[in-house]
Amino acid sequence: MQVTSSVREPLVTGGKTYKDVTHDVSRQVEGKPTIGWLLGMAVSIGALLLGGIAVGATVWEGIGMWGLNKTVGWAWDITNFVWWVGIGHAGTLISAVLLLFRQKWRTSINRAAEAMTIFAVICAAMFPVLHMGRPWLGAYWALPLPNVFGSLWVNFNSPLLWDVFAISTYFSVSLVFWYIGLIPDFATIRDRATGLRKTIYGALSFGWDGAAKTWMRYESVSLILAGLATPLVLSVHTIVSFDFATSVIPGWHTTIFPPYFVAGAIFSGFAMVLTLMLITRWVFKLEDYITMVHIELMNIVIIITGSIVGIAYITEFFIAWYSGVEAEQYAFINRAFGPYWWAYWSMMTCNVISPQLFWFKKIRTSIVFTFLLSLVVNIGMWFERFVIIVTSLHRDFLPSSWAMFYPTWADIGVYLFTFGLFFTCFLLFAKFFPVINMAEVKAVLKSSSEKVNK
Amino acid sequence: MERDTNFILGIYDDEDVLKEAVTKVRENGVKIHEVYTPYPVHGLEDLLGYRRTRLPIAAFLFGLLGTCLALTMQIGMMGIDWPMIIGGKDHVPLPDFIPVTFELTVLLASFGMVGVFMISSNLKPWANPRIFDLRITDDKHVMAIDIANNAKIEEATIKELLQSSGASEVNNKSFE
Repeated sequence: MQVTSSVREPLVTGGKTYKDVTHDVSRQVEGKPTIGWLLGMAVSIGALLLGGIAVGATVWEGIGMWGLNKTVGWAWDITNFVWWVGIGHAGTLISAVLLLFRQKWRTSINRAAEAMTIFAVICAAMFPVLHMGRPWLGAYWALPLPNVFGSLWVNFNSPLLWDVFAISTYFSVSLVFWYIGLIPDFATIRDRATGLRKTIYGALSFGWDGAAKTWMRYESVSLILAGLATPLVLSVHTIVSFDFATSVIPGWHTTIFPPYFVAGAIFSGFAMVLTLMLITRWVFKLEDYITMVHIELMNIVIIITGSIVGIAYITEFFIAWYSGVEAEQYAFINRAFGPYWWAYWSMMTCNVISPQLFWFKKIRTSIVFTFLLSLVVNIGMWFERFVIIVTSLHRDFLPSSWAMFYPTWADIGVYLFTFGLFFTCFLLFAKFFPVINMAEVKAVLKSSSEKVNK
Repeated sequence: MERDTNFILGIYDDEDVLKEAVTKVRENGVKIHEVYTPYPVHGLEDLLGYRRTRLPIAAFLFGLLGTCLALTMQIGMMGIDWPMIIGGKDHVPLPDFIPVTFELTVLLASFGMVGVFMISSNLKPWANPRIFDLRITDDKHVMAIDIANNAKIEEATIKELLQSSGASEVNNKSFE
C-alpha cells in the first residue's frame, strides 16, 4: 500500500478517477478544434509565412541581408540559437532529472515540456544552418564525411563541431524519450476511437497492449534514458558555452561559462514551460492536473536558477577586475556603461531582480504574476545572450574597427519565423497528441490525489 | 506457431487488490498468461515471477560500442588519415575528443536500448495486438488466464478463484 503524507498537497485535485484522467486528456484530441486554437493557429501560421519571406530572402540573397558587419560577425543569429537551445533544456530536465529524483509532480507537465524541447531545438538549429549562407552546399560539411566531398575531415578540436554532435544527439534522444512515453497514451486514444482515427492512433501506438512485462521494460527504458539524458542535457549547454569560452575574445574567454550557461538554460526553459503551461491549462481546462503546487514548484526552480545566474554575472565582474587583465576589465565596464548599457541593465533587471519577487508566496502562487514574470525572464535571457555576444565583439582589438550592430528586417523576420514554427508545432501537438502523460498521472493518482474511487 | 485462443479474464479495479490477487492465484497453482494494466504497477513483475529485464545490459553494450566507434573515428580521421597541426595541438588530442565521444556513447546507448525494447516487446507501427479488453488502456487491470495452459484445473474453479480474489468481473475471451 502506498501511504500519503497529510502535509503534502495533492498533485491531482478535483477528486479525479482513472476514467476522468483518460476522459479529460483524450477529449482535446477527439473534439473539434476550438475557436481559440484556430485563432492561435492562424496567428502562428501568419508569423511563419511572414518570417518565411525573411528566410527566403536570406537564402536567396545571402547573409548580407542581416545586419552583421566585419566587426560584429555574430549577433542575432547566434543569440537566437543559444536562446532557443536554452529553452529546449527544461523538457529533458523535467522528465529526466526529476525522474531520477523521484519527483512525482513532473508527471503532469513532462509531456508538454518535452514537446517544447523538441520544437525549440528545431528552431535553434535553423540559425546555424541559415548562417552557412548556402546550406545546400554547407550543411554536409559539418558531418564527418570523406575528403572527396570537397573539404578535409571535420576538425574535432572545434567546439562548433562538438555542437553539431551535441545538439543532434540531444534532439534525437529527446525525441525518442518523448515518443516512448507517448506510446501507451496513443493506445488509450486508439481504444476509445473508431474508423480512421483508430487506424492512425493504432499505428502510432505501435501495438501497445499494456502487458505487465512490457511495462516492466518500459520502466527500465525510461529510467536508463533518464540516466543518459541527465548528463546529456548538462553537456549540451556546456558545449554551447564552449563556442564562446574557448575563444580568446575578452568577455568570452572565461571558465565560468559552462555552469553559468546551464543554469541560465534551466532558468529560461522553466520560464517558457510556465508561459506555455499556463495557457494550455487555461485553454484545455486542466487546472486539476497542473495545479498551484506545480506552478509554485516551478517558480522555486526559477528563483534558484535565477539566483545562480545572478551570482555568475557578479562573479564575472569580480574575476575581470581580479585577473588584472585590462582588456577583460574594459570588456565588462563597456558592457555595463558602454553604448549597450541598456541591454545590460535590461538583462540584470529581468534575470536577477525580477525573479527575486518569487520569494513572496503571494507572488509565486499568483497566476497573473507568474505569467508576466515568465515572459520577463524569457526577455531577460534573450538579452543575456545578446549582451555576451554583441558587447564582447563590437569593440574590436583595433579602435578603428569599432562598430555597432543594427538588426535589419531580415534579422527580425528570421526570428519571427522561428516563433511561427515553434507555436505552429506546439499547437499541432496540443491538438493531436495527449498533452498530459495519462499513464504516468494514473500511476501517481492513488498516492497523490484527493480521492480515487475504489 | 499456434496461438492460444481461449482465455478467462479477471478484471480488477484497484492495483493493490490486483497485486494480492496475483499472489493468491499463483499460490493456487493457476498459471497466469499475463496481466494487463493501464499504467505501470510497481512490484507486479516480481509477484508474477518475471526475470529482471536485461535491457540495462543492452544499453551498456551499445554505449561501449558508441565509445569505441567515436574514438576510432576521431583518431582515424585526425591522427592517421590526414594528420594536421591545429592550434599547436597533438594529432590525437584526447581531451578534445571527449565531447564527441560522450555524445556518441549516449546516442548509441539510447537508440540501441530502445531498439532492443521495441523488438523484444514486439512494438511496431504495423503490429496487430490482441486487445483483451478495451478498458485496459483506461482504468481496468486485466488478469488473463490461458485455459489450455491450465488443463488440469476446472474452468469453474479458476473463475471462482478470481471472483474470491476481488475481481469485479470475470469474463471469457476468445480470439479467432
